[in-house]
This record gives sequence, C-alpha cells and structure tokens, in this order.
Amino acid sequence: MGTLVEEIFSYKLGRAVEQGETVVVNVDRVMSHDTTTPLAIQAFRKLTRQDGGRVFDAKRSHIVFDHIIPAATIAAATLHRDIRTFAQEQDITILQEGICHQVMPERGYVIPGDIIVGADSHTCTYGALGAFGTGMGSTDIGVAYATGRAWFRIPQTINVRLEGRLAPGVYTKDVTFEVVRHLGVDGANYRAIEYTGGLVEQISVSERFTLCNMAIEMGGKAGLVAPDATTREWLRGRTDREYPMLAPRNPGYERVVVIDASQLQPLIACPPDVNNVVPVEEVEHVKIDQVFLGTCTNGRLDDLEIAANILRGRTISPQTRMVVIPASREVYLEAMRLGYLEIFARAGASVGTPGCGPCIGRHFGVLAPGERALTTMNRNFTGRMGDPTSEIYLGSPATVAATALTGHITDPRYFL
Amino acid sequence: MARIWMLGDNVNTDVIIPGRYNVTTDRAQLARYCLCEVLPEFSQQVQVGDVVMTGHNFGCGSSREHAPAALQACGVQVIIARSFARIFYRNAVNIGLPVLICEEAVVASADGQEIEVDLASGVIRNTTTGQTFQSQALDPFVARIVAAGGIIEYIRQEGTLR
Ligand code: SF4
Repeated sequence: MGTLVEEIFSYKLGRAVEQGETVVVNVDRVMSHDTTTPLAIQAFRKLTRQDGGRVFDAKRSHIVFDHIIPAATIAAATLHRDIRTFAQEQDITILQEGICHQVMPERGYVIPGDIIVGADSHTCTYGALGAFGTGMGSTDIGVAYATGRAWFRIPQTINVRLEGRLAPGVYTKDVTFEVVRHLGVDGANYRAIEYTGGLVEQISVSERFTLCNMAIEMGGKAGLVAPDATTREWLRGRTDREYPMLAPRNPGYERVVVIDASQLQPLIACPPDVNNVVPVEEVEHVKIDQVFLGTCTNGRLDDLEIAANILRGRTISPQTRMVVIPASREVYLEAMRLGYLEIFARAGASVGTPGCGPCIGRHFGVLAPGERALTTMNRNFTGRMGDPTSEIYLGSPATVAATALTGHITDPRYFL
Repeated sequence: MARIWMLGDNVNTDVIIPGRYNVTTDRAQLARYCLCEVLPEFSQQVQVGDVVMTGHNFGCGSSREHAPAALQACGVQVIIARSFARIFYRNAVNIGLPVLICEEAVVASADGQEIEVDLASGVIRNTTTGQTFQSQALDPFVARIVAAGGIIEYIRQEGTLR
C-alpha cells in the first residue's frame, strides 16, 4: 500500500516501507559519467583498499562517456584515460554512444521496479519507466560500486495530475515548465513527484522522459510515471527481463496538484532560474545568438522530428547559429535514415556527435560574454554554456526551431 | 574567531564551482575557482575555519561533489543554511563537511560578522551580535555518518553499509 515510490521500495525490501523511514537497499544498477567517475573512483579506492577492490557487479556497473566526448582538452582526455584504466581493471564496458540518461534506458538497463543510482542529478529521468532513479554524488556512487548498496530516506510524494489535450504548438516541454513554475525551484526538495492523469496516459515514453528529467529542477529526488501499456511497448525488444507492473495503491500523497494542460501556450523559462516561466509572446523581441537542440531533456527522435518539420526547406537566420546534438547513436542513426540530419545541415545547423554537447559549456558551441542562447536544455543558470555573463533561455524543440529561423525568440505556431 | 561569508538563496552548484573548472579532482584547483564568479575574492581571503551562511536551497543543480569538496578545500568549517538542496546536503555529509539548518541564525546574521559554532550540539553563537541559536537536529542515520566523519569512515567502522 502506498505511493509508487513506497511500492518500489516495499517490493525490493520484501516488507512494507513508509515515508520518512531511512533504509539501506541493494540497488539494481549504478551509473557514473566521465565528469563524475574520477571522484567516485577515489571514494571506491578509499573503501576497498583492504579487499582487492572489485565492483559489486561489473555487469550492473555502468560508466558512460558523454559530457566531453570526444575529449575537447588535454585535461578531459587525461580523465578519460584514467577512467578507461579503471574500467579495464574492473571489466566494466564504457558506453560511448550518447547521453547516459538516454543510453541506459535504450539498452534495457532500466525497467519498472528498478532502483538505480547515478552520479548525475538527472538520473531521475528513469522514473519515466516506473523505476526509482535518483542522482547522488560521487562518494555515494563509489560506495554503491563497492557494496551494491545505498541509503535512502523514503520521500514524501507530490502527485502532479496533468489533464487535457495539448493545443497545437504546445508540447510536453511546455507542460514541464508549467509544473516548475507552479512548484518552484525547491518545491519538491527531498520529495518525489508522481505524474498521473489523462495527459500522462496519452504521451509517449520519450515525452515522459522530458517530464521526469526535470523533477530535479524542483529539487525532486525522483519523478515517476507508473508503468502501463505504453511502457511495455517501449521496452519490447530492449529487455527480456521480467518486471513488475507496480502502481500506487491508496497513496498518501503530501499534496495533489492538478494542471489543465489544454489551457497552456508555448512557454519560455528565462534566465537565471527555471521557474522564471513566461508565455513566449512576452519575450519575442529577445535576440538569440545561438540555438541548441539536444540534451537528455529533448534530444530524442520525436524532438528532432518536430524541429525538422519546421526547418524543412528553410535556412536559419544569418543573425544566429544552430547546434543540433542527437541524444544517442540510436537517435542519430534513425534521424539520419529519416532525413532529419540532412534537413538540419541544409538549414545551416552544426550537427554534432551524440552526447551532452554544449549543455555545460565545455565544447561544441560555447557562448561569448553577453551572448544569449535559446535551448532545449533543462537548466538556464547564467554562465552554464560559456562566459559567466552569457544567458540561457529554455524552450521546446519547436520554439527552438522557430527561433533559429528568425534570430529572435519566436512562437512556433507561426511555422506550423 | 571565524568570519561569516553570507550568500543568498538558490546558490547552485554551477556558482559554487563552474562546470568549466570541475574537470579535475585536484583540491587546490577546486579551491581556487570556488565561488569565483559571484565572490571573486572568496578563495583568496577565506580562512580555515570560516563559516558560509546561505538562504534557501543551497547547492541546487547538478550532483557534482566538486561543489562541497571545493568549499571543504577552502577550509570552510561548516555551512549554515535556511535549507539545502538534497544532493548537496547528502554529498556534504558523505565527505564529512558539516552542514547545519538554522533559519533564525541566517536571518539574524550578516556578512563579515564573527561566529562560533559547536558542531556537536548544533549551537551557533554570533559573537558580533551576541545572539545564540540552536540548529535543527540531524536525522539519526545522518548523525551517525557525521559522527564518523563521512560515509567511508562510517562503513569502515561498521564493516558494511547498514
Ligand atoms: S545533457 Fe546536459 S543535463 Fe543531460 S546529462 Fe548531459 S550535461 Fe547533464
């Protein structure tokens, strides 16, 4: 009995758990990426010095190179080299085919009922498949690599019920902004968010990833959707493991927030906080130096398709520049086969290697002092993409594509 | 005597240590760039034992442990906040950087004042104003990790994570 989170932990522990309880559990998988693995290795080494130092299970330990791939600097190349040495010693296969939060589910490493810890705050994305995924720091992850265990405080849960159908030009990204606007940047701190309602039932797994990905933007420990037929369909061919179709049963939610999504228009999250959300028309004059389509929030095939449909046969404004980074190799190859990459290239965009791209300002489209970007990312912290004075606006893939055509923030409905 | 370094609300991990500078595990490097964009003088002037005070949701954003590690490398003794973002709080506890929640102390203190903190009891004394505050008690499990000096030491003592 309980919230989906309580159901998952009760299932794993074989006894009923309750909110507020601190538990230690065996996790299903542990993940870290090229930026966070080195510190995790340090913690792992400190802990395992005495006993030969093997990870708890090499097949369930995942290291993903995505943040600076291919290496952009000597420092990054050196980090990669050191991590490779560790991975070889531990028989861990390094994944180098896209963003961790895209690659883990694609490879079938995330199934309903799993508990997964990752050294990246957007590990909450996995909740879209009915798993409990949460981000932790490198020491927790080093401990999890060594012991296969982690401690958790069973969180209270906010139920966000999304109802209604989306108007044309409005996407799940806009709904996500509305949720962040409503709850605030720490509105879900220490809590989980469980998404339910008619809209959640209608949307694809890809869109559920977008929704759950940004739970952390409200401080959320996890964002979840209970598995359903859509989940099953998405997982077919990706895993042959059995999984439980867990669902909330008589959940004791801390609060319930109901949002009628049919009333929404395209939204923009303005710098420097993600809850700084306004209708696109309020900022349409803002000139944009670079647009960026990609990331674990919106770098999937349907995101690329939405943008490609707007850019087909057109060229981007000479006042701006565009970067497109598919979230994974699978997305890249599919987008290539369907002609989207050609549309982007002909429109004048730079299309890059699957990975995080310029999301954290390390390479592939960093910003100059005072420049402004409009991106499909999840964070708009000042300076994240380059110079400390550069600014980031967030929007849907459609708004980003429309803006690429004009050079200033543009309502995508003009181009539909 | 320790100095208070006062910061605002929602200080994110990109502010504490920008993503551009965390391509390293070298603590001296992390210390050098700690808070470099909002308080460029911080890393030069901070003294071992100083205290960072801050508003709500301190350490929000990415899970990078480089953020508490950078503050620790600067010699910060304790961070006192109105509230912490979850991952930052957990990371700080795990690496043995003390973190206290005390709304009243933050509201009643100012940058540059002098402070004394008794970590064991959670009693905070602002020696500039003479006011004393009691911070929130820790979760019992967290208190055990803090008492051990971090999670690695805790597991060493216990033999396993339990
Ligand atoms: S795409 Fe951006 S938000 Fe997602 S994992 Fe990479 S750096 Fe983090």
